[in-house]
Amino acid sequence: MGKARTIARRTFLVGSVAVTGGVAFSVWRVNTPFANPLLGDLKDGEAAITPFIKIDGSGVTLITPRADKGQGAYSIQTYLLAEELDVDPLKVKTSVGKPAKAYTNFALGEEIMPGRGHILGKLMPMQMTGGSSTVPDMYVRLRRAGAAARETLKEAAAKLHNLSADKLKTENGHVILPSGEKIAYGALAETAAKINPVKNVKLRDPSEWKFLGRDIQRTDIVAKSTGTQDYGIDMEMEGLVYATVRANPGIGGGVKSFDASDATKMRGVHKIMPVAHGVAVIADNSWRAFKAAEAINIEWEPGPYPPTSAQMWKILEKNLVPGSKAIKNRKDGNVDAALKSGDVIEAQYRVPYLAHAPLEPMNATVLITDERVDIWTGTQIPDFVQKHAVKMTGHKAKDVFVHVLPMGGSFGRRLEDTYVLQTLEIANSMRGTPVKMTWTREEDFSHDYVRPMALSRGRGTVKDGKVEAFDLDIVCQSIAKSQFVRLMGSAPPIPDTSITQGGDDQPYSIPNYRVTGYKAPEMAPVSSWRSVGASHNGFHHECFLDELIDAAGADPLKERIRLLQNDPLSVKVLEEVGRMSGWTGHKLGNGRGRGVAFTLSFGVRTAEIIEVVNTEAGIIIEKVWGAAEVGKVLDPINFEAQFSGGIVFALGHAMNCELTYEDYYPKQTNYYAYEGLKLYQTPDIQVKGLENGDQIKGMGEPGVPPAAPALANAIFAATGHRIRQLPLYKAIDFV
Amino acid sequence: MTKLIVNGIERTLDVEEDMPLLWALRDELKIHGPKYGCGIAFCGACTVHIDGEAVRSCQMPVGDVDGEITTIEGLGSPEAPHAVQAAWIEHQVAQCGYCQAGQIMQAASFLRQNSDPDDAAIDDAMSANLCRCGTYPRIRAAVKTAAKKLGGS
Repeated sequence: MGKARTIARRTFLVGSVAVTGGVAFSVWRVNTPFANPLLGDLKDGEAAITPFIKIDGSGVTLITPRADKGQGAYSIQTYLLAEELDVDPLKVKTSVGKPAKAYTNFALGEEIMPGRGHILGKLMPMQMTGGSSTVPDMYVRLRRAGAAARETLKEAAAKLHNLSADKLKTENGHVILPSGEKIAYGALAETAAKINPVKNVKLRDPSEWKFLGRDIQRTDIVAKSTGTQDYGIDMEMEGLVYATVRANPGIGGGVKSFDASDATKMRGVHKIMPVAHGVAVIADNSWRAFKAAEAINIEWEPGPYPPTSAQMWKILEKNLVPGSKAIKNRKDGNVDAALKSGDVIEAQYRVPYLAHAPLEPMNATVLITDERVDIWTGTQIPDFVQKHAVKMTGHKAKDVFVHVLPMGGSFGRRLEDTYVLQTLEIANSMRGTPVKMTWTREEDFSHDYVRPMALSRGRGTVKDGKVEAFDLDIVCQSIAKSQFVRLMGSAPPIPDTSITQGGDDQPYSIPNYRVTGYKAPEMAPVSSWRSVGASHNGFHHECFLDELIDAAGADPLKERIRLLQNDPLSVKVLEEVGRMSGWTGHKLGNGRGRGVAFTLSFGVRTAEIIEVVNTEAGIIIEKVWGAAEVGKVLDPINFEAQFSGGIVFALGHAMNCELTYEDYYPKQTNYYAYEGLKLYQTPDIQVKGLENGDQIKGMGEPGVPPAAPALANAIFAATGHRIRQLPLYKAIDFV
Repeated sequence: MTKLIVNGIERTLDVEEDMPLLWALRDELKIHGPKYGCGIAFCGACTVHIDGEAVRSCQMPVGDVDGEITTIEGLGSPEAPHAVQAAWIEHQVAQCGYCQAGQIMQAASFLRQNSDPDDAAIDDAMSANLCRCGTYPRIRAAVKTAAKKLGGS
């Protein structure tokens, strides 16, 4: 009782963050949907103003529920908060939120279930980072939180000094009294905790902004340039042991038998034990663990899916047949009639399985005692990690702490938690000892939940120099089925839009327009890869559209603009990228050509133009121009980084990368066989963000989808050669 | 017992001669700037200097180290960054940042040998360091800025 009363008094101050869509997130005291997760942890003299801000004597801490995989999520959240709270962003500390419903990602729910995201968010609270959703989700919430905190701190100062709050100002972490006296926020925390929070705060007009929309410094840039940024893999603590796991590369298959007699004797090896689908080595050094793991003879059971790529392609081919498995349709006009009335142009496209392969391999550090479970790891899904830990160890959720650490890349990889579960299994067998488990690069490649391979068939007609009919069939595995079954035990009862995402949702007005998805049976387990379904559907759609435009004898930029005439925001994006490139046409002669592609994904209309030149040594990608409609560019420097980084990521995979399966696992198990782009191949890239729309959007993913088709289309313009299968290097040399 | 001089400090380790320097630094000496990326000297995340020259520490056996080791921590600090680090900060190169210690060590070693590089020389020197986030355009720009600073000093 005593404790509850203390907490209630100390934490009287709670921000009310009203949010569009009618869901109140942090008005938890009276009519709260979700409890404030910070309360239990508050010490004397600290005040939790909202789930997002903690203020004490040492300053302001942003409790950020969104993980930073490298996309700058911590930084932009800090600036969103600082813009209203009047603090120095570079002095704001960042801490990760522990799993809590108040941190639910409503914007991601919106992406999965358009128009009903808040419902999905409430039914299935996911503290999840993904879908380029951090900025849209936090844009209003964090500024409101900052403003509520600022006004409440002013009230506290007013109370202490018998003044009216409207006579007070705030600046750089202080409330300024009319006398000029400055009071640090930290000194007001305790008083602020005892008064009612200020509600109905008015957000500042963008014209008053000091940080947002300007060139700002990423809050982590100094640490990341001086080797002082710690990642999950850098965890250290007293008594730590170092582990690795070798699991069946036929993912889901078991262990028939293993012989660890040699490995057990190796230096530094503490213990060798079976874990789910594999064997773990615990040692006193990661390298010794790797070496011992390699020395174990393991006989695997077969994997639960076809063992070779050849068999998998046959399955896709078999399922690319019109019929009852069609899961989603875009149907405008009368496609069947149009196809009968003209010469049909037909083409098939193939994209391979791809690995995420972030440079920091999967790892986790876990300490389990009888009282609690502590997990330190880079993860996009702390909520699921906590649930799975509860299931495995039998602890109560309140005693399971997930400490989310900065990640050395992810690209969707850390939306899965197999590596954490393995570490939990090891640590649970040696309670009291902290265990850091690291995968080798080879384990990481062979145990990725990959981007699905996909096959498409386009059929279409042209008439009077225009595209008349466009009919695209796409066959692909369901990401939702594979991923949600792993995470939740079952897939949500909604259609898997990722099969056609980026294909059936494009704003083109083609007179006869049909896009159909076919769900292939499950094969290798798949998951979300940067830009998800749009990563391959952008390629299918924009390559085939390019073929039709060429057959019509039209200009690839102008015909796209004409077909997008009913969507003015898209027209502006294409016009802008055309202007940036000084567009005069796509076939420039002398082996030089330009390709265009446009994809709407994650709410962002994105167009790219790529210029290549064909030389004796091969294709050189010289220039890339990109334009995207994002509503507002909040952080121009990071916008450029995400957009151009997405283009480099996409080009590298389109040119050089594929996973081909033999014996249940990919032959490519390290970077030499999966190179991506290297610096010498990197073109000059110019990008621009347009602000004509009224929706704020994130740029982590939308730069990816148009790059591969723009490149393939440019190669066609330069060489006359249509390449319809990725990776492109199999058909043409690159310098 | 193996003796190593790391960032100017002599350290004594009881490890196998064939333990890669990377794992001696990371797990024995708790120096975490050099990163594990591929383990086969392909990605460059583990790059350190031995007597000023860039070396892939994941493929350098501790027993073969013949010289003074500098890691990113010894190159400069947040308060007093090396010219290459300062250029990396100025251009805001890092996204996830995991490869950047290796990129910076590679660039610092390269610029010591070639203080006035042209674009082709930069491309050659920096193309064996992998960045999965795609920061290459800014790496190029930062190397140029650092070259100017170092050349002018």
